[in-house]
Order: sequence, then C-alpha cells, then structure tokens
Amino acid sequence: MMDRRLIENFDWSVIWTLSGIVCIGLLSIYSAVYPQIQAHPTNNLFVKQLIWLAAGLALMCATLFINYQRLRAISPWLYAMIVFLLAAVLVVGKQIHGSKRWLEIAGIQLQPSEFVKVIIIIQLASYFSSQEVATFPSIKKLFLPVAMTLVPVLLVLAEPDLGSAIALMAVAGSMILFVGVRWKYLAILILAIIPLVIPIWHRVLKPYQKERILILLKPNLDPLGAGYHIRQSKIAIGSGMLWGKGFLKGTQNKLHFLPEKQTDFIFSVWAEEWGFVGCAALILLLCLLIFLILRIAARSRDRFGSLIVVGVAGLIMWQALINIGMVVGLLPVVGITLPFVSYGGSSIVALCVGVGLAENVSMRRYVFQSH
Amino acid sequence: MFSEMKIKGGKPDGPGLLNMENAESPSYKKQYVAFFAVMLLVMMVYLARLWYLQVLRGQYYRYQSQNNSIRIEDVEAPRGIIFDRNGVPIVENRPAYDVMLVREDVKNLKGTIDELARLCRCSPSDLFSVIDADKTTPDFDPIRLVPDIDRNCLARVEAELIRLPGVEIEIEPRRSYNFDGTAAHLIGYLSQITEAELKSGKYQGYNGGEDIGKMGIEYSFEKYLHGVMGHREVEVDAIGRIVRLLKEQPPVAGRNLWLTIDMDAERTAVDALAGKVGAIVAVDPDNGQVLAFASDPTYDQDMFVNGMTQREWLALLKDPSHPLLDRVCGAAYPPGSTYKPMVALAALQCGVITPSTTFFCPGYLSFGGRKYHCWRKGGHGTISVERALIQSCDVFFYHTGLNLGVDRIAKYVKMFGLGQKTGIDIPGENPGLVPSSSWKRRVTGHPWEKGETLSIAIGQGYDLATPLQMAMAYSAIGNGGKLWTPYVVKRIEGLAPGSVAGIVPRLKRQIPIEQRWFAVVQKALSEVVSDPHGTAHEVYDPAVPIAGKTGTAQVVGLDHEPHGNANKNDRDDAWFVGFAPAFDPKICVAVIIEHGGHGGSAAAPMVQKVIMAYLKSKHEPAQQ
Repeated sequence: MMDRRLIENFDWSVIWTLSGIVCIGLLSIYSAVYPQIQAHPTNNLFVKQLIWLAAGLALMCATLFINYQRLRAISPWLYAMIVFLLAAVLVVGKQIHGSKRWLEIAGIQLQPSEFVKVIIIIQLASYFSSQEVATFPSIKKLFLPVAMTLVPVLLVLAEPDLGSAIALMAVAGSMILFVGVRWKYLAILILAIIPLVIPIWHRVLKPYQKERILILLKPNLDPLGAGYHIRQSKIAIGSGMLWGKGFLKGTQNKLHFLPEKQTDFIFSVWAEEWGFVGCAALILLLCLLIFLILRIAARSRDRFGSLIVVGVAGLIMWQALINIGMVVGLLPVVGITLPFVSYGGSSIVALCVGVGLAENVSMRRYVFQSH
Repeated sequence: MFSEMKIKGGKPDGPGLLNMENAESPSYKKQYVAFFAVMLLVMMVYLARLWYLQVLRGQYYRYQSQNNSIRIEDVEAPRGIIFDRNGVPIVENRPAYDVMLVREDVKNLKGTIDELARLCRCSPSDLFSVIDADKTTPDFDPIRLVPDIDRNCLARVEAELIRLPGVEIEIEPRRSYNFDGTAAHLIGYLSQITEAELKSGKYQGYNGGEDIGKMGIEYSFEKYLHGVMGHREVEVDAIGRIVRLLKEQPPVAGRNLWLTIDMDAERTAVDALAGKVGAIVAVDPDNGQVLAFASDPTYDQDMFVNGMTQREWLALLKDPSHPLLDRVCGAAYPPGSTYKPMVALAALQCGVITPSTTFFCPGYLSFGGRKYHCWRKGGHGTISVERALIQSCDVFFYHTGLNLGVDRIAKYVKMFGLGQKTGIDIPGENPGLVPSSSWKRRVTGHPWEKGETLSIAIGQGYDLATPLQMAMAYSAIGNGGKLWTPYVVKRIEGLAPGSVAGIVPRLKRQIPIEQRWFAVVQKALSEVVSDPHGTAHEVYDPAVPIAGKTGTAQVVGLDHEPHGNANKNDRDDAWFVGFAPAFDPKICVAVIIEHGGHGGSAAAPMVQKVIMAYLKSKHEPAQQ
C-alpha cells in the first residue's frame, strides 16, 4: 500500500544510529535500576521503558503514513490542544517532587511539556514556510512566532519545569536563527536582556536554581546540598576511567546520590561502567544522528519540510548538549533528559514522533502535491 | 491513506516534478554548516572534559569511588513536645537505640545474624524475616534490624560491634508517652508515612520511612510538631564505618505544643473511667478550652512507635470494644434526658410554656393509640418545667414537644451546636444528628409522624449527640448562651498567639434566648443536684454546687422493645452533663458510660470527681 518510492527514500541510516543510542540507553537504565529489577523482575522501570519504546516505535511508524504537508492544516489545532493541556496540567496535574508536570489519562501519566516541543516545531515551521514570510523577516513578522513560543514556555515554567522551558526556547530560537535574523535585531535583543539579568536573578529564579548556578562557579560552596549531586556525578564519571568498570559493576550508581539517576543523570551511569571509550561512542552516535537528520533537511526541497527536520535536529541537539554539559559539571543542573537514553515515557514517545516526522520528510522529498 | 497524492512522472527527476517553492526557496547551506559546527565544537569541549575527568583524573576518582565513599545520612528532627496547660509534659522524646544492618558491608550474613540474635535475645529467623521484608532497600542502605533495644542489650552489642562489620547502632529520638494511654485519642499516634500519603502532595519534603501523626493532635498539628530533618555528610571506609564527618546540617526540632488540658482533671477522668466503656470531656465554659478528654477503652500509643505486626493491628481493629474509637467526639449517642434543658429553653423562648405552665403526669401519655411511658411508673402528678427538669419527667416534655413541633425543636437545638461538628482542632469528628421533618423526608422518603416528636423531645429516637457537643451546649446554658468552638492547643511555642487559626477562643454564636429563661433552667439544673428529689442528689456537696442533668438513654436498636436489664449490653447508656460552680461555671463536664445504667448513679459521681480535681488544681497551680 505504500508507494515504492516512498520506501526507497526512507533513511535507514537514521534508524541504525538511533538503535545504537537506544541500546546504550537500555543498558544504562538496566544498570541504574538493577536493584529494582531484582526485586520486581516483571514490574520495573526497565520494563516500563521497553513498553514506552514500543509505543514510540509504533507512533513513529504511524507518523510515516500521514503526508507531513497535511500537518500545515492541523498545526494550529495541535497547538491549541497542547496549550490547553499545559494549562490543564496546572489545574488537575499530578504533583511529583513539588512540580505539577503530569496528566493522568486512562491510567497513563503523560507529560505535555515533552509533546509541546514537537508541536512548537511544526507550528513554527508552518509559519516560517508560509508565502508571506520572507527570509530575514521584519520585526513585525517575528512577533507572532515569538509569542507562540512564549505562551507554552510560560505555562511550562509555571509547573515548574525549567528544563523543558529552556529546551523549548532553544529549539524555537534555533529555528528562528535558521530562517535568519537581522544582526540589528540580535543586537537589540542582547541589549534588552542585559538589564533583565539582575531582576531575573533576584525575583524569578528559585533559591535552589541560584545555588545550582553558583555551584558551577564555586563547586565547594555547598558540597552537602547543591554541590553534592555534581560531585557524585563527577566521581561516577571519573571513576569509569578509560575502559569503564564494566556492565553492572558501577559502584557510584548504586549509591543514592541522585534520586533521578535513571533520567537526568543517566549519562553518568553509562560513563562509570563504560569509561571514556563508551562516552566517546555515545557522543559520536549523537553527532551522527544529528548529522543524518540535518542531511534529510538539506535534501528536502520544501521549506516546510526542511524546517520541521531542522527543528527535530535542534531539539535532539540542545537536549543532548545541555544534559551532558550538566552531568559533566560544565552547566548548571536543570531537569533535561538525554534524548533516547534517559528513562521517561513522554520524552521517548515525543522524540520518536520527531524522528518519524524527519523520516516522513525524507520519504516524500521527491513527491509533489496534485492540486 | 495516500489518496491525496498522485505520483506523476516515472523518474524522480522526470518532467512534471514540482519543487515546491523552489524558485524562492533560499539556500540554507550556511545555516546547516553553522548548526553542525556549533554542535561539534561543544561536543569536542565535552570530550575534552571527559578526557580530563576519566583519563587524567581517573585514578583519583576511581580511588574516591572505591576506597572511600561519601554518604549522606538523615538526622531525624526531634518532634515537638506536648505539654498540658500547666507545663506538665504529656508526650516527650527519648533516645532510642536501634540495631542497623548494612548488608553491603557484612562479611558473613548468617554468622552476623546468629550473633546478633544471641546478643539481642531474639530468634535468628525473626531477624531474617526483617531482612526479607526489606528487599527493595538497596544493599548499601541500613535496615532497622532490631528497633529500640534496652540498655543491657545495647551494652552487649556495643561490646561486640568491632567484630561485626556492617552492624551499626543508631540513636534516634522516639516518642515517649509519660501517661500510658491517657488522652490517647486526643494526642493520636505516629506511624510510618504510607506510599499514598507521600504521593498525595500533602507531605512535601517528607521521605519514605518517616513517621507522621495519624490521628488527634499529632495529625492536625503535624506541620508544627514535625520539624525539619537534618543531614550529615560522612565519609565511610570499605566496611562502612564512619571515617569522618564532612559536613552537618543539624535538624530543626519541631515546635512544642501547650494544650488546654489540665493533667489533674485528665488523670482523674481517666481513673474514673477505667474499666468502663465511655467518655469524659471537660471544657471551660468561658472560652471553649478543653480541660479533660478521656475515652475508654484506650490503646497504647507505644505500640505504634516501634511498628506493630499485621496481627496486632488487626486485633486492635477487630476488638469488639473498639479501642481506637474516640468516644468524646468521634461517636454519637442518643442524648436521652440531657436533651430536655434545651427543649425547655426552646419552649420558654417560643412562648409555648411559661415557668408556671403545668402538665399532669399520670406516668404515661396516650397518643395516637399508643402509650408513651414516663420513666416513673407512678407518675409525677401536676408538674412545672422546673420540677420536670429536677425529676426528669418525660410526660411534661411529651406535651412540650408536641406543642413546639419537631422543626422548632430542631432549630433551637441546632443553635446549641448539636447536629454539626463542633470544629475542635482534631480530626474524625462525628456531627451527630438533629432530626427535622425535611430531614426525614429526604432520608427515608416518609413524612414525619407526630409520635416521633414525643421521642425526640426526650432525647430519644433519631437524636444523636457526642459528649463534646453536650459539653459545649451545657457550657452555653451555664454561661448565658455563649456557644464556643472547643479547642485543645493553647499555644505553639515560637508562634505568636493568634497567628494560627484555632488557638484563640472563638465564639460561635450568642444563642438568641432571653437571659431570664436561662436563669430558670440554670436554677432547675442546680436543683437536680441540690433538691432531695433531684435525679443527681447523691453528688450534692454544698461546698461545690454543681448544676447538671442526668440522662438515661435507651440503647439504639432497642427503641421499641420493652426492655429489661437482662444483661449488661441491654442496659441503658448513662449520661451526666454538668457545670460548676452552678451560677458562675468554671468547668463543664459531660460523661457517657455505655450500658452504664442510670445517669444519676453511674455518671454523676464521675463528673463530680473531675470538677473537684480541676477546681482544686486551679486553686493551687501545679508546682512545675
């Protein structure tokens, strides 16, 4: 039922690279939750991650069947729906560790802040590929996309989920930069942000967030509190040495130095057991994946398609850069997952849909519409 | 699925191919290069960082992770102490010594367990079952193997500690109850926080395994009593012994509470109740402070402190005498004749009767083809409201009730706080029940029958009230109509009085009944005790004039049965609610004894004892 040419243009290299990253993720999660696996062999986070991956794969395949051109029409509806869900989270959301991020639908906990990342990509791509928006858009034309980004950003910040807000802004920002922004605007933006730094520091940031930034500058400021996670993460990574301690042989990852070792700090679990060699392999695979996705974008001759794929590449890239940067102690700690590696149902599913969109564009790069 | 597109042309680049927007499509080449370059650059930095951490400094970190481990230990915050109104500590903390086991550091598990079992005088299989129950705890986390060991056992274990790697003694503050079982229902108990409570969002900042208040004051003042857990970062060696303390963030102790309870009155109430099933509650009619709060049978709060087995818990739940039930405000009883003063006040205020109105009591009233009996078979003869209260004549109140009607009775009795929660600052209150015609229609679907009015006028039938509600209502009778909200916590240390809702006296309402009618009823209630024919004359003591009312309530379920005193469970519930001194009350006490028999003989002496104890202690305050 699927056209032969569509299948021909499916980019298998993306799938192979992705499989490599997913395998690394599964090995790391298996190790991170090993005590849990021993206690409950059939009901643990590892099994749950497998189920989420299967769901992600199914959705990725489903994504392939819908011509991405049709997304242009439904994009505003998707956007309206996700904004509604983000608002709903604040009202009826489930609170875990002090933040309301989860919606429980039919017994499944979903994080709308993960899905909004993909939807904002489609919405911005649709906007920037419309006829009336030229490259290097004027300030008037930039107002709408900036507003469209800020609405979900503010809703996500209210949860609070600083990590997702940053990822959203990074993705939207890179898409806008991709379309091209006049130097004048960039200069104005930077000049406008500088006076905001001090009020943001004093009013917006929560004490623990400030601590995390200060820790970066002075790691020994508070070794017991905010510095503890980073120091333990560094011990875990460093103790892996060149070749690592071996699968399931990590000792740091057994210590409860982090409540979220299977999510945000999964990289340190991998680094401890597989060493520098394993880290380099993972980083290479991530770079390769982004390169391959960017190649799809470059090959597409349709601006809408290119921009969607660029957005997906940006999403994966920024999440990976921020996550690894924080785990190795170069960036402040903020809740961002490592794409396809960290545990997390919504994150996995949303990213799978993203890759599905990229393949969708790849498959239809020579196809044209008939009307 | 693909119907919307038709593929024209054979080859990909064949004629007819449309490159959408191709003409104006800008080249993004520069952007792609920049995009990828940024990523590569940052990833190179990360690789360099990883090289530094893992290769250049790898040996250092490997050493840190293997030979020395840094652990964060929790330091429990001592919970706030609970004092009575005079500073007598009711609940304190004591140091408890627990034997902890870190499995990761144990060399020979079987040998260690056998040795510990010998030292602690328990069986190795019990200890193994503790370990099995804790399967989800990671090996490096300590398991509480033997909680709360005594001094001798502590000495034995301490002496052998050096030979037992992985065994630690942990000192933790633990709740200690200075008066076993006293006011257990008021104080409540502690127990481990459950999974559901952790997830509920109500207990933010709590960790699994922490104790929280589950009932009573421990529950409702959890926020203040709990304190903030401290942390200690320690470096441990290969067998888990603490090498040095790196940093400590001391815990913040919970706030101490000062109750309104008077321990002298409380102890007297508890002693008086011992062995009976019932409750005693005493309040201050001037402000609603609860002075004594006793419910029996009670339970041992200590059982919860060390955790109890499933069997012990089930035994407690299934005990037919319901020791966990708070009979002061968690259980409602038919108030019986203690209801009559409120019916009398309603009738006087409505003008249905005057102090000189009399009815004739032949010992029964025939109504609707049925005979409604007075408790005295021979009858009271011609009787006024004052005498009817003193001798507790039922027939007088049958007539009065009929003239008032169910809804006017309900309206006035509700003004006295019955049929609704009093708002005391502990959970689990029973609202009781004040029936009205609309209530009956809503609940049963049947209209109100006039004969039922006769029953409710003497506090039977549907009427239900808690001892606390009765104490508050009689306080209002004694003080001329001021209905207070009862409260038990007088002060939270470190917080200004009034900064927490509920720790200042709160007047619920001034009951709209004229003072002269209160005076009539107050006089009658004082004569219930002082008059030789009064139903509670046996507690008459001219030194401390008590005013009050007896109640002998037929047990629910036996309503329409002619009832004899066949066995204890068929006997009536005995009530007495009274205040003293009669015309300037300083204390108001309500007592219920389930199946206690007659209110005058069973309940009134207890009220007297509590009143005496309180007035005496008030006169000469405690030494502390």
